[in-house]
Amino acid sequence: MSVAAVIDAPARRQKRVLPGFGLTMGLTLTYVGIIVLLPVIALVLKGAEIGPVRFWDIVTAPRTLAALRLTITAAALATVFNALYGLLMAWVLVRYRFPGRRLLDAMMDIPFALPTAVAGLALTALFSENGWYGAILAPAGISVVYTIWGVAIAMTFTSIPFVVRTVQPILEDLDHSQEEAARTLGATPFQIFARVIFPAILPAFLIGTTIAFARSLGEFGAVIFIAGNLPMKTEIASLLAVIRLEEYDYNGAAAIALTLVAIALVLLALSNWLQARLTRRRVPA
Amino acid sequence: MMPAATPATLAPRQDRRAPLLLIGLAVALTLFIVVVPLAYIFWRALSQGFAVFAQNIMAPDTLHAIWLTTVVAVITLPINLVVGISAAWLIARFTFPGRKLLLTIIELPFSISPIIAGVCYLLLYGRQGLLGPTLAAGDIKILFALPGIVLVTLFVTGPFVAREVLPLMQAQGSEQEQAALTLGASGWQVFRRVTLPNIRWALLYGAVLATARAVGEFGAVSVVSGAIRGQTNTLPLQIELLFNDLNIVGAFAAASTLTLIALVVLVLKTIIEGRTR
Repeated sequence: MSVAAVIDAPARRQKRVLPGFGLTMGLTLTYVGIIVLLPVIALVLKGAEIGPVRFWDIVTAPRTLAALRLTITAAALATVFNALYGLLMAWVLVRYRFPGRRLLDAMMDIPFALPTAVAGLALTALFSENGWYGAILAPAGISVVYTIWGVAIAMTFTSIPFVVRTVQPILEDLDHSQEEAARTLGATPFQIFARVIFPAILPAFLIGTTIAFARSLGEFGAVIFIAGNLPMKTEIASLLAVIRLEEYDYNGAAAIALTLVAIALVLLALSNWLQARLTRRRVPA
Repeated sequence: MMPAATPATLAPRQDRRAPLLLIGLAVALTLFIVVVPLAYIFWRALSQGFAVFAQNIMAPDTLHAIWLTTVVAVITLPINLVVGISAAWLIARFTFPGRKLLLTIIELPFSISPIIAGVCYLLLYGRQGLLGPTLAAGDIKILFALPGIVLVTLFVTGPFVAREVLPLMQAQGSEQEQAALTLGASGWQVFRRVTLPNIRWALLYGAVLATARAVGEFGAVSVVSGAIRGQTNTLPLQIELLFNDLNIVGAFAAASTLTLIALVVLVLKTIIEGRTR
């Protein structure tokens, strides 16, 4: 019995009036241990086993670099579109009343509800040369399927809801008095948006954009249908990790997977930091 | 050049036109990227008539995929419910060292892309994986079989129930439960009569989201299942297989069943949200 245990004792006795501590702790730890931690530990151990030099060689190999570059570029394209589209949708859904608004709002949940493989299949067929969109684009010399644009479109579809759904509640809660003050002072609608409204929704907008980007980087199901998966050209990084596994190159797979996890965790930390700033700013108001 | 009058007369006209323009743009873009792809799934699935559609759904491999997907959903749901409630109860009702860390770990699957989760599972249970030799010695088959698919689905769907139930339990506090205990109720009675009725809608909401995800998961399952035709192929994997076979109408038939499930989930979500607000 340490000093800490003695100091902790009264607080604990007080808290443990309710039953079920041992049971729920046991169940939760069993789940977390077997389902979450064990596989993640396997990845980290495999990564540690590779050693820094070999790790660097794998990650900077031309095929890995090409895959990472494609994944990041396509995700950036998808995120730019979703940032603008999400902002437009949030604005239209919150600020205007028109017939069909609720239906339009419900449409924003479709990309989350639809399994990614279904989305990938539908987009690939639509944009292929004899599909509805492809037939219009092909004569103009634009091909989407089996190009980076296809990858970006698949990523766009699956991450549509993030910006809309993070900006929407903030825009709804926004105090109108500052806008009215700006209007009486002679500001144009655009000035009001740029100087009053946008700064207020900026943190939420950035959080949504960051999550959308993270999701795009991790998207797999929708992308592999439309990408064609040509090595060095339209092969995304996560697919390369899977290919390495199929070749029994566990080191290669682990190094690529760890790189992707590291990028995802950095983006998560960024969004948490923004979240903390957002709540700090909103509390006094 | 009438500097004062110009904005005064221009502004109202602009105000009426800008909303119409923005609404039009929003509707057009949404039609183009969400509505048309959604409608296209059903259009293609039924493009050769209902008889062909039914034939595609009743194809033995597709039927087996539907069966396997149902089995996975039925196994994972009760586990998700029990673990989700446990985790929420533990974190909402007790303080203990490492509580925040535990919550972070529970939510970790949401920040790891499912395909990476699949890779982790292969690195754990695969032939050269951490536990691979042990499993081979005991002749236990996890990968490329049902246990692997269930485990990785549990990884991907794990946080849903806890994420819905926990905030509600925290907001409601434990006064009612304490009162019931003081009145002599047993722990199980407290849970069934007090806690469960209070969290039932959040629980249902989490269960719906988790099940929808279990049914539709592609990336994580594709790594661990091996996609063996008629054996370890779930419905989303079957879509890819049919697509690679160039049986596009068959792929769309399989996809349309998943789309129907997705639409039912959306309706359920809306109903439950109406109940909780």
